[in-house]
Amino acid sequence: MIRLITLFLLLALPAKAEEIVLGLSRDQVSITATFEGSEILIFGAIKRDGPVENEGDLGVIVTVAGPDRPVTVRKKDRRFGIWVNTEAVDVDVAPTFYAVATNRPLEEILTFTEDLNTRISTMRAIRSVGATVDSAQSFTDALIRIREDQGLYQTLPTGVSVVEEALFRTLIPLPANLTEGDYKAEIYLTRGREIIDFYVTDIPVQKVGLERWLYNLAHDNPFLYGLMSLSIAIAAGWGASAAFSVLRR
Amino acid sequence: MQIYLPIAEVSVNIFLLLGLGGIVGVLSGMFGVGGGFLMTPLLFFIGIPPAVAVATEANQIVASSFSGVLAHLKRKTVDLRMGTVLLIGGLIGSGLGIILFNYLKALGQVELLVQLCYVVFLGMIGSLMFIESLNAIRKSSKPGGAVPKRRKHNWVHNLPFKMKFRVSGLYISVIPPLLVGVLVGVLAAIMGVGGGFIMVPAMIYLLGMPTKVVVGTSLFQIIFVTAFTTMLHATTNFTVDVVLAVLLLVGGVIGAQIGTRIGVKMKAEQLRIWLAIMVLAVCGKLAFDLLVMPSELYSLGTGGHS
Repeated sequence: MIRLITLFLLLALPAKAEEIVLGLSRDQVSITATFEGSEILIFGAIKRDGPVENEGDLGVIVTVAGPDRPVTVRKKDRRFGIWVNTEAVDVDVAPTFYAVATNRPLEEILTFTEDLNTRISTMRAIRSVGATVDSAQSFTDALIRIREDQGLYQTLPTGVSVVEEALFRTLIPLPANLTEGDYKAEIYLTRGREIIDFYVTDIPVQKVGLERWLYNLAHDNPFLYGLMSLSIAIAAGWGASAAFSVLRR
Repeated sequence: MQIYLPIAEVSVNIFLLLGLGGIVGVLSGMFGVGGGFLMTPLLFFIGIPPAVAVATEANQIVASSFSGVLAHLKRKTVDLRMGTVLLIGGLIGSGLGIILFNYLKALGQVELLVQLCYVVFLGMIGSLMFIESLNAIRKSSKPGGAVPKRRKHNWVHNLPFKMKFRVSGLYISVIPPLLVGVLVGVLAAIMGVGGGFIMVPAMIYLLGMPTKVVVGTSLFQIIFVTAFTTMLHATTNFTVDVVLAVLLLVGGVIGAQIGTRIGVKMKAEQLRIWLAIMVLAVCGKLAFDLLVMPSELYSLGTGGHS
């Protein structure tokens, strides 16, 4: 919500001297049976109407965010000599995928306040309200660390290449374990660490073909799906047995 | 070659799955265990979410057990009457197990329960079988050593509701097999195992069934209990991944056929000592994981714990 409001506030900015013109290598990602992950090329140009007034350094920030889902982070502790889950923290909003690519380290091209408002950095994209544990921070840190290991959260401090302050491009790798949904790509243009323009576009990520069909059947008609799984199992068991008795003859 | 699993929502190497299915299938055929107690932890290791691993494994065991039981039916080594009694207990247990599983999942303690169950059951049964088989081998190798008497008259034989089990050559109460069935059903639902590793020793030591019919009869019961469990998981948790199951069972059914043939050629004592060693190895590994500080103390679960 806050993020949306901020975006509307940004819309009310005075006449823009510089604007983003965007292109995407693909406008949707299909998860097929042989999906091994993918990558998405985000590129564009910076259009200028007249001379640049703000002489600060140019910054380009590209974020790609998967659908938000609540997550429970659990911590193990030693109890009676064995390691068991003890404390848990509910993270209310955590994107299932989050990549931040910039042309230079984020803090050099974005002020702290702007980050706080727009929730660009990974830390800010996660929200945990009403955590009852004192060390809630270590739980969100753990969430980021685990998802970074899985390639789901990425910080690419030099991931955006800018040519002649006019063209930019970045390649965001998408891992195989993607969650379905509408992914949001956001591109921010900054000058002197202040946002001067932004652009938002959706990239739908969806299972297709057999994957889609099985997923839908399992959720819409679980009884039929269960029976189908069992029939396949029994047919395979019988088939193997029959095949082997033929082979032995 | 990678394949994307639609329910587990992860991408896994197809040959890895086929290979795992094959190896576990051979063991399943040899020992008359469903192989789930090996496969389920292996699936955790390759990154399948635990809930999906448990549910899918139940479905896969249906296939490998069905393949195995056909071979046993042909050789008439299935006690259908005993199997049915065990089955009735199994269905009750499976229902109870699913309730417990879903409750603990909400608490975030499912994995702990599963691991503790493994360590306790595998440890007990593994050491019991190991000692027993070792003694049997030592006795039989002594010249003139008496063959150990299997069918002892214990408390099991003094309970009411007696029934005649002709194939096993037993006349015992239905209560002990029913209880064994319930226990196996609970384990099937919460651990993603067929329960053969507990049922086989229980049949030999507790019920006093002849080793020859034990394997076939346990496979017979396992088919129906795991089928029932699969349906329960599919309709309450939506966690049965049919693509994963098919890949595992392709390897599994072939392996089971090979395993059954190896099993026939081996001596019963030898068979049991190998099973005991395997059971103890899995138990040791799981106990080690519980005792040693994990490299990542935190874990992620789906939102909304109570």
